[in-house]
Amino acid sequence: MADEPLILGIETSCDETGVGIVRGHTLLADALASSVEEHARFGGVVPEVASRAHLEAIVPTMDRALKEAGVTIADIDAIAVTSGPGLAGALLVGVAAAKGYALAAEKPVYGVNHLAAHVAVDTLEHGPLPEPAVALLVSGGHSSLLLVDDLARGVTPLGATIDDAAGEAFDKVARLLGLPFPGGPPIDREARAGDAGAIGFPRGLTAAKDLAAHRYDFSFSGLKTAVARWVEARQRAGEPVPVADVAASFQEAVCDVLTAKALDACRAHGIETLVIGGGVAANSRLRAMAEQRAEKHGIRVRVPRPRLCTDNGAMVAALGSHLVASGVAPSRLDLPADSAMPLTVVSV
Amino acid sequence: MLVLLVDSSTPAVTAALVEVSADSVALRAHRCTVDARAHGELLAPEVDAVLADADARPADLAAIVAGLGPGPFTGLRVGLVTAATMGQVLGVPTYGVCSLDGIGYPAAAGEPVLAASDARRKEIYWAVYDGAGQRIAGPEVDAPDAAAARARDLAVTVAVGDGAHRYADVLGLPVRAEPRYPDPVALARLAGERIRAGAPGERLTPLYLRRPDAVASIGRKPVLPPAVTP
Ligand SMILES: [Zn+2]
Repeated sequence: MADEPLILGIETSCDETGVGIVRGHTLLADALASSVEEHARFGGVVPEVASRAHLEAIVPTMDRALKEAGVTIADIDAIAVTSGPGLAGALLVGVAAAKGYALAAEKPVYGVNHLAAHVAVDTLEHGPLPEPAVALLVSGGHSSLLLVDDLARGVTPLGATIDDAAGEAFDKVARLLGLPFPGGPPIDREARAGDAGAIGFPRGLTAAKDLAAHRYDFSFSGLKTAVARWVEARQRAGEPVPVADVAASFQEAVCDVLTAKALDACRAHGIETLVIGGGVAANSRLRAMAEQRAEKHGIRVRVPRPRLCTDNGAMVAALGSHLVASGVAPSRLDLPADSAMPLTVVSV
Repeated sequence: MLVLLVDSSTPAVTAALVEVSADSVALRAHRCTVDARAHGELLAPEVDAVLADADARPADLAAIVAGLGPGPFTGLRVGLVTAATMGQVLGVPTYGVCSLDGIGYPAAAGEPVLAASDARRKEIYWAVYDGAGQRIAGPEVDAPDAAAARARDLAVTVAVGDGAHRYADVLGLPVRAEPRYPDPVALARLAGERIRAGAPGERLTPLYLRRPDAVASIGRKPVLPPAVTP
């Protein structure tokens, strides 16, 4: 194992500054600095605040990662960095940092796709990924269903949200229930005490007429509005809002659609492995429901532990490691940060 | 001592290598590309190129100097993060210099001068330098007419820099052609004392001068139509 390449990964696409170090599929370090608290009072991530925080955090976070792994930058074989998609100004800091490290240490640099990295991180927990696989990536910034034919070279998008990301819906519903930002963990917590069948919230893009054009797409905007209407109607009537029941019923609607479509994609493509990643993959109901439903069809669900589901540097290092092992050529020093990087591009 | 300079505070993306000796600063290699939208793409290849031009390796660097701005947010950070990360790997000190000094200091010729760069949103980043090149006001960010009024109070007779070119008519001052963008040799001279003394490196904090655009959430808009009051 010691002769496997030592890969460093840098992640700055949103509000987390992450530096991870892996050797092969072994995680050696996963250092993280988050600016989430600075965004909480705005109810969402403020791009300029995130970019400023990345600039301040990158050097100390790198120091911590190197210490944690017990290596120096001279030991590193290649540097991978999220070059998109994400917040343009935030990505720019990470990409420039990766180039600075690569230049000074005279190492190759790989600009990689953030979403492909969310898939690759599972290899640190469950070993090499069987290909093809289906991946469901759900977070505050993205909600995508992908067909992973070859994680080193290309991923086929099957569907995505046509409005809000799943995590965004969690944030917005949490806010209207008076729960803190980010909304995922508090809703998960509240929902445990609630009745998931109490309120029949809508399941977006699941009606027969929608499935023709949007079989693998998601929509959470109608759900969010339905929850808001329901809560407001209660408040207007002067009745208390049953927070736990609303949280559980909302969460049930989201997880129902996500798992139904993900498993439909697996069955339609004859695929036996479903990988779930992104911050929403940390949701306990999503994990349980996916496993329950997959079992019936002999499909294996792979979900990395919650710490690896949210944005971090280890996922970028994991993808970098896979690229190096697959013989993919590194990027050039003029590699751009691409806020709209398409899924079909794994590395640039 | 071989020193790397980077500045990405203006539309010009600059990397340079200078040789700093006891009594001089000599330019060894210089790359500059004017493109306000591609700082992230341009700077690293420029650094690579100046090292190649000077037949030097990163490990030959004794210090790194970066222009701290002021500059429009996004591009400015590219230079600073490049300097900070390279300094970290190489274990060499990093020093910051106000980027406007790289315009105003070399422009000094006995009379006070206004140095300005474009701040977008119809504003300029500006500072005033006395006849010897010492900054006596700024850096600040203002509408050009407000900056011009301040400059007149300081007996400024000439303006310099890209921002001065852009708003020459509003400033009402003759504009000197050069330097239009921060001059790397000037930035190196301004850090010269620290470089020669081997002063401890500094954390490179940008001169933002503006607060981030962000509005604290002030509650939620209702989705139901307003209740009808009887
Ligand atoms: Zn993500």
